[in-house]
Amino acid sequence: MKCLIVIPAYNEAASIGRVLESLAALGRGFEVLVVNDGSRDDTVSEVRSHGSATVLDLACNLGIGGAVQTGFHYALRHDVDVLVKFDGDGQHLAQEIDKLLEPLLAGRSDVVIGSRFLVDGGFKSTFGRRLGIRLLALVNSLFLGYRIHDNTSGFRAYNRKAIEFLAEHYPAIDYPEPEEVVLLVRNGFRVTETAVVMAPRQGGSSSISLGRSVHYMAKVLLAIMMVSLRPVVDKHRTKVPKVMALETNCDEK
Amino acid sequence: MIFDRLLIVAALSSLAFLLLVLELIRRRRLDEGYALLWLVCGLLFLGFSIWRKALDYLAGIVGIYYPPAALLLLLIIGLFMVMIQFSVVITRQRHQIKSLTQRLALLEEEQKQVFKVSLPDDGR
Repeated sequence: MKCLIVIPAYNEAASIGRVLESLAALGRGFEVLVVNDGSRDDTVSEVRSHGSATVLDLACNLGIGGAVQTGFHYALRHDVDVLVKFDGDGQHLAQEIDKLLEPLLAGRSDVVIGSRFLVDGGFKSTFGRRLGIRLLALVNSLFLGYRIHDNTSGFRAYNRKAIEFLAEHYPAIDYPEPEEVVLLVRNGFRVTETAVVMAPRQGGSSSISLGRSVHYMAKVLLAIMMVSLRPVVDKHRTKVPKVMALETNCDEK
Repeated sequence: MIFDRLLIVAALSSLAFLLLVLELIRRRRLDEGYALLWLVCGLLFLGFSIWRKALDYLAGIVGIYYPPAALLLLLIIGLFMVMIQFSVVITRQRHQIKSLTQRLALLEEEQKQVFKVSLPDDGR
């Protein structure tokens, strides 16, 4: 099984070195890809000096969604079986990755979200944020038919089927996480949550500052409503030959 | 009577406008981020054309004797805001295209150096 860790990074020079160290310390031989989203600090040279990760240096800032989607395209080209999305600010803990992989490898889900709210302990974000996250969980549960508690968590693992789908359909916007959940479930993917512990960020600043929270919520709620109004992606119309060829390859192994 | 008819037309057209914007988002012809300002403008316009007292109050504040004219003022302010947003976005895109073009040229040059491949001569 080939596992790729994708770290979208925007101005994470202060923390990315320690994140890469913790991933290397796992000793699992996971390939690490940092997608630099037009950082204005030394993120790229920090990663290069560490030497353990591949860097894709985007020419301009695309927003988190565009950066993440680049990682999915890379995964498609390099025949990755499992992709793990990981933050560069130190919030996500390397030793928690296996908890995300377990339901994927057991074949119980296609996408696993690491959730802060299913277990006591660890960092839970500020009060205002938690309020917003609860509202998103409520709205999303109306569309999903079941509850995902941590819709803004970026700590996620995807199987090959989800990688193929998201390389083409990932919401390439700067507020993708909650919409991504609805998009996946609506298109028949099994999305589940698993309890993980998170840490407070080590450096940099969140891409969602407090003053912009209302703007963020308005965009996200609108996006969720719209994605649930869109027709299900017709799998028989999009790139069928490629997907089928890849599936046969997997079977041969 | 004429007054009421104007407000009905305003309400109906802003409703049609809102539906158009929503349908464009649904078809992915418009990103939510860019549509938000349109939606806010449309909702404000709709609100003021339905809620007469608010319109009278607004007209009173800015010193307009004929309240429906305040709707036009609202419309112009909204249009200005959206157009400024457009200018900002266009400027940002111009910067992005510029740096993309530069990066591509630098990359092509580096690739030539690395692989010593002679790219097809374009006859210049």
